Amino acid sequence: MRKQQELAIEVRSVGRVYGDGAGQVTALSNIFLNIRQNEFFTLLGPSGCGKTTLLRLIAGFDFPTAGEILLYGEDIAPLPPFKRPVNTVFQNYALFPHMTVAQNIGFGLEMLGRPKQEITTRVDEMLALVHMEPMRNRKVMQISGGQQQRVALARALAPKPKVLLLDEPLSALDYKLRKEMQVELKRVQAETGITFIFVTHDQEEALAMSDRIAVMSHGEVRQVGAPWEIYDRPAERFVADFIGETNFLTADVISIDGQRTRVRLSNGTTLDATYPSDLTPEGKVTIVIRPEHVQLAAPSAGAILGGQIEDLTYLGTDTHIRVRLPDTSLFTIRQQNSRIGPIGFAAGDPVSLTISEGAAQILKD
Amino acid sequence: MTERTRQAASAAQRQETINRWLLSTPALALIAIASVGPLLIVLLYSVLAPGSYGDVKWEFSGQGWFNVFFSRDIFDDTVSLADAHVTILWRSAKLAIITTVLCLIVGFPTAYFIASRAPHNRSIWLFLITIPFWTNMLIRGFAIQEMIRNEGLANTILIKLGIISAPIQMLYTDFAILLGMVYVHLPLMVLPLYASLEKLDFRLVEAGYDLYATRLKVLWRIIIPLVKPGIIAGSILVFIPALSSYVIPRILGGGKNLMVGNLIELQFGQGRNWPLGAALSITLVIIVLFAMLYYVKNAGKTGGGHA
Repeated sequence: MRKQQELAIEVRSVGRVYGDGAGQVTALSNIFLNIRQNEFFTLLGPSGCGKTTLLRLIAGFDFPTAGEILLYGEDIAPLPPFKRPVNTVFQNYALFPHMTVAQNIGFGLEMLGRPKQEITTRVDEMLALVHMEPMRNRKVMQISGGQQQRVALARALAPKPKVLLLDEPLSALDYKLRKEMQVELKRVQAETGITFIFVTHDQEEALAMSDRIAVMSHGEVRQVGAPWEIYDRPAERFVADFIGETNFLTADVISIDGQRTRVRLSNGTTLDATYPSDLTPEGKVTIVIRPEHVQLAAPSAGAILGGQIEDLTYLGTDTHIRVRLPDTSLFTIRQQNSRIGPIGFAAGDPVSLTISEGAAQILKD
Repeated sequence: MTERTRQAASAAQRQETINRWLLSTPALALIAIASVGPLLIVLLYSVLAPGSYGDVKWEFSGQGWFNVFFSRDIFDDTVSLADAHVTILWRSAKLAIITTVLCLIVGFPTAYFIASRAPHNRSIWLFLITIPFWTNMLIRGFAIQEMIRNEGLANTILIKLGIISAPIQMLYTDFAILLGMVYVHLPLMVLPLYASLEKLDFRLVEAGYDLYATRLKVLWRIIIPLVKPGIIAGSILVFIPALSSYVIPRILGGGKNLMVGNLIELQFGQGRNWPLGAALSITLVIIVLFAMLYYVKNAGKTGGGHA
């Protein structure tokens, strides 16, 4: 798939602890990450999970209390930010209000002592890249939020960093602009071929943009993988719960056969489930099934699950149906409205549920 | 609109204008009584003749203004430039400028230090900055005198430590005046600088470091341009009172190292030449005015407003 699999950033056993004694707070503990060259890599997690701290460690605004951070094999952890070939797009953009758009974009190159001619050429290139040529001589206070976002991106890219760090850069934009900038960021990344490390708490954004995602919580990396792996093959309950909607069921392991495990649900029916490679399922396990991997059908004897429709929510593109199972728990189903007209079920109807092949996954607990 | 309603409307508008003026009367009266009035009196006195025992004679005389810049020899009536006055004005301006620059150099790191503390600790530091204001300036002046005089604290310590063998003459020198003036005016520099620095977005500083600016470059290219309004305000607040300082040069400069404030006082006191004193005062006002206009214009040119 990729020609180059060289590692841009290696995070090795990094920890960050604030304070000491009783007031000690662990922001990050024992983080290992390998970020490949030319990759769009996302750190995803709820606020306070340590994703921004990790980004600040890579940028050099903060220093790890343990471990090392390698940039193309060289330990950069002790270097101050102005000695790292890494640039940041800040959450609030942090554009210099006393400078014009062009001066902002050229600032990094100017500080590197590049000749004037080169700076002008590079600034023009960057303005073209983010479609901001007409704003060249505006003060940054005179342009809109979306435009400031583009300038912040151009400013961080102008010195040709080896890695670009983006700290929730889209969070201040409204929905439509955010969608637009998502596409824009992907395009810029493809055009420049620079490794992007993107921090967000928005799972949809992460799924839409990333080559790979690291899901974080409480200062630890929970799972690293491609968007589909994170979504369809969550390794643990936190990941499954944080990303998208999920149904959790408890089951007993009956037998293991290669990558598949046969499990028995509480109602006595059995089905196949996949499991993470670093897990040997046994005894009682939790399995996870995404709402869109389940189909509704009229009640039948051989169905894996059966129940009664609690309520339906019509959302245009699809309908959410909650089914009350015999053990009184609720099971969520998302059915695409591919047919014109009403869905054909009503609250109170008894239904059976069929689960798509390979949709069930056993979690690490 | 009928003629009648138009008339009514314009009458209402007139009434509105009158009301506005009436409402501003207290403020205008205060400005007239406290600011414009005294200045006019000083201006008037400057063109009157001096009385024999102070005061003024109510007759026009250009003598006061003449004496600001020129002096007439008492024996042969030859007119020459009033060296003493020009020298003192120049000395005052020089000392005031040096005081302002020193206050800036000392005050900036102080204000930066306070602004970078945790919010709940800042008020304690600000409080400490204002403590010297609680003591009378005269007493603070004498306190400095006590520290730097030949048998004072500084010399005693230096001699005891064996760094010097004989006391250094510090009191009654320009050094003493500068020391006193910087000490007295420092809070006036720190407070407006703090107000600007406190609003400074420190993420901009991080952005500077991120874009390969060293610490010095960040200070020069990002922090200073952004806190320029504070630097201007602080400099004005220090420069004006420093230029017309009276107590500090009197106590720490002895009788010889006069500043323009002392010169003016001399004319109203022992000199018994009120018109000259008044003319010198107005001269000082004009110098300050032009200095400020020049400073603000030039400082504002390169400055970026950090709204």
